[in-house]
Amino acid sequence: MKKFDKERLLLAVAGPVIALVVAVALTSVVLIASGKNPFEPYSIMFEQATFSDIQVLIINQASLYYIAALAVAIGFRMNLFNIGVDGQYQLAAMMTAVVGAHASLPAVLQVPLLLLTAVLTGAFWSGIAGVLKVTRGVSEVVATIMLNAIATSLIAYFWLPNVFGVKVGNNNTTGEMHESGWIPGFDMGDAGEIYGLVVLAALLGIGYWVVLNRTRFGFDLRASGASETAAAASGVNPKRMVLTAMLISGGLAGLAGLPILLGDSHTYSLNFPTGIGFLGIGIALLGRNNPTGIAFAALLWAWLDKASPELDFHGYDKEIAVIMQGLIVIAVVVSYEAVREWGLRRQQRRVGAELAAGHVLGATSDNSIQKEVAGR
Amino acid sequence: MTTVTDLNQPSLQPTAPKGRRLTLPVLLLVIAGGLALTSIVRIITGADGITNVSQMSTALELAVPIGLAGLGGLWAERAGVVNIGLEGMMILGTWFGAWAGYQWGPWNGILIGIIGGCVGGLLHAIVTVTFNVNHIVSGVAINILALGATRYLAPLAFEGVQGGSAKQSPPVESIGNFTVPGLSDALVDLNDKGWFFISDLAGLLGGLVTNVSWLTLIAIALIPATWWILWRTAFGLRLRSCGENPVAAESLGVNVYKYKYLAVIISGGLAGLGGVFLSIVANPFYLEGQTSGRGYIGLAAMIFGNWMPGGLALGAGLFGYTDSLNLRGGAENVHALLLLGAILLAIGAVWLLVRKRYVPGVITLAVGVLMFTWYSLTDEVPNQVVSATPYVITLLVLSLSAQRLRMPKADGMPYRRGQGK
Repeated sequence: MKKFDKERLLLAVAGPVIALVVAVALTSVVLIASGKNPFEPYSIMFEQATFSDIQVLIINQASLYYIAALAVAIGFRMNLFNIGVDGQYQLAAMMTAVVGAHASLPAVLQVPLLLLTAVLTGAFWSGIAGVLKVTRGVSEVVATIMLNAIATSLIAYFWLPNVFGVKVGNNNTTGEMHESGWIPGFDMGDAGEIYGLVVLAALLGIGYWVVLNRTRFGFDLRASGASETAAAASGVNPKRMVLTAMLISGGLAGLAGLPILLGDSHTYSLNFPTGIGFLGIGIALLGRNNPTGIAFAALLWAWLDKASPELDFHGYDKEIAVIMQGLIVIAVVVSYEAVREWGLRRQQRRVGAELAAGHVLGATSDNSIQKEVAGR
Repeated sequence: MTTVTDLNQPSLQPTAPKGRRLTLPVLLLVIAGGLALTSIVRIITGADGITNVSQMSTALELAVPIGLAGLGGLWAERAGVVNIGLEGMMILGTWFGAWAGYQWGPWNGILIGIIGGCVGGLLHAIVTVTFNVNHIVSGVAINILALGATRYLAPLAFEGVQGGSAKQSPPVESIGNFTVPGLSDALVDLNDKGWFFISDLAGLLGGLVTNVSWLTLIAIALIPATWWILWRTAFGLRLRSCGENPVAAESLGVNVYKYKYLAVIISGGLAGLGGVFLSIVANPFYLEGQTSGRGYIGLAAMIFGNWMPGGLALGAGLFGYTDSLNLRGGAENVHALLLLGAILLAIGAVWLLVRKRYVPGVITLAVGVLMFTWYSLTDEVPNQVVSATPYVITLLVLSLSAQRLRMPKADGMPYRRGQGK
């Protein structure tokens, strides 16, 4: 039993480690091919991570990535592919900014109102895809891609001055939000401020773990992901499961833009970060849909983002970080799959050997043989 | 609903879809019907722009990259590999096309751009076929990687060159347009007359013969060529069998891996060609973010067209046309199209009611009435509504007909050699 668990741990760690090593090696190859020093960029970026102002930036950025990746991950856990996180969080952030600019309640009410707006907008947008999938059988991948594009148009429409927009110079904004909706950050002195909603991100991570691993709903959800037919046979309503998962995913996605919106920008403008939903997919994959793993992945991504601009001052191109992100994702998915297959093959071989030796399965040592080796 | 359940019954008959297939005559009829309706709307509203020759040629130019991406998706999915990475492969096509194009001429640029797309396809094939990774995951990763790679390469290759910058390549020579002499002018004249149907047809045809790039012609030719290769040759039959039932194909001696690899590489090449079209024909340079999601739209056009080349072309044309309205139509033309939409919805409602599907029929009618009210109460439509139109239409089409669409049976499924044993 003990030995088996050790192997399981090894398999679980092997995936990301192999992936990172391969990605770093390939990035170095790219650097060599473009006639640059293949090692110095890493040391520059590591050095950046020791500066406290960069650390604050990394933590802030990671909080956005973390929530977005959780939203993607909850879909992944039941084989639902919510590519629409990108549109959901942008639309939700915009609606929150609009509500925040027009409603002016005391902070005790204003902040919950804003959070609720974000969750409901995100859930509404993903719910469309969920309803279409459940009632009409439309693939959620295509539906959410379309909804992303529609969200972009919708945002452009809301930005019109006669709708919700306020022009500030050349920038489209939604007007400044009322101060009661601002969430104060943690002051770090010269280093800057950590967004207050970083706490929310952490709480969401804990909530995600509790719901998935300690509730019946979470069990049903994971069961649906592992085998839809088996889940249906055990009494799970697959349609309701799909819809619920889609709504939760969208609601989480809705929150992804809030740390920066309520903590820093206080308006939804052209400068608002875009594409976090797509990055969230890569981060969820890297973190293996596990809340702790995702946290590390989000920090890694944020580090690559925030430490790379320094490279420009040393004769490197900061885009190398984007290449690295892409390579990490590819390496990760390939190595996870390879490690999983290798683990399965070992397991099969062992079961085969035990059967050949005349053991009765399960009677002798372990029921752990039936455990899945390296999760997905 | 009834036809769908019938199709799901196992039967010994080859399941020839009854009347639902988009054959060439049906396709032409649909186009003609749409054109006639548009013509009526044009005459009622006086918005002559909606079937103008120049409108149509813009629409064509915008439809080509979408169509090429869609064709790429078609090749891959017919062999059972979902290709969300089309966007990334297009990006590779734009960069490599412009990079080679400004140095060695546009035709070499086209070739290298196609090769760039093929490299993306090869990567997708390695990851999905050899390593059996989830196809969508791999596609997403390729999109991220292609974006990063071109953003890294662009400053290295283009900065410091005359006319280039970190985000834009130096200009590429044009590959030249051609206009059918005489015919084009005649069609333009006819188009200006404003007659019912004939002028609109002239506008459509005029768009096909006025200032058409050679690459556009190649792209258009690729649609029937794809159909012929995939549905009329042994190679195509084997390729499609890998998308329908790879285990059965394997048992008949088809090398499934080989066909999947080929299909995905060709898919990447087509997407790359779509990218080249953007960076050599549509604009004479590479620009960061040039594809702006066209790979995804191509995928939507393919699904819209029920995984068939003809339907795909129709879908791409629809996207291209609404895009062109956005570019040059102005609010008036789009406003006229509201009426068209209302009429189409009314027809749809009648059709549904005749088939005794009352609830959807009434809903469709209500939406149509709403649209007509919108039309009669306003004078113009915000641009943003127009840009969302193709996506909304795709969603509507999917939600109305998703059960009728039939994707290749093993599309997106993992397959291992020797699985059937």
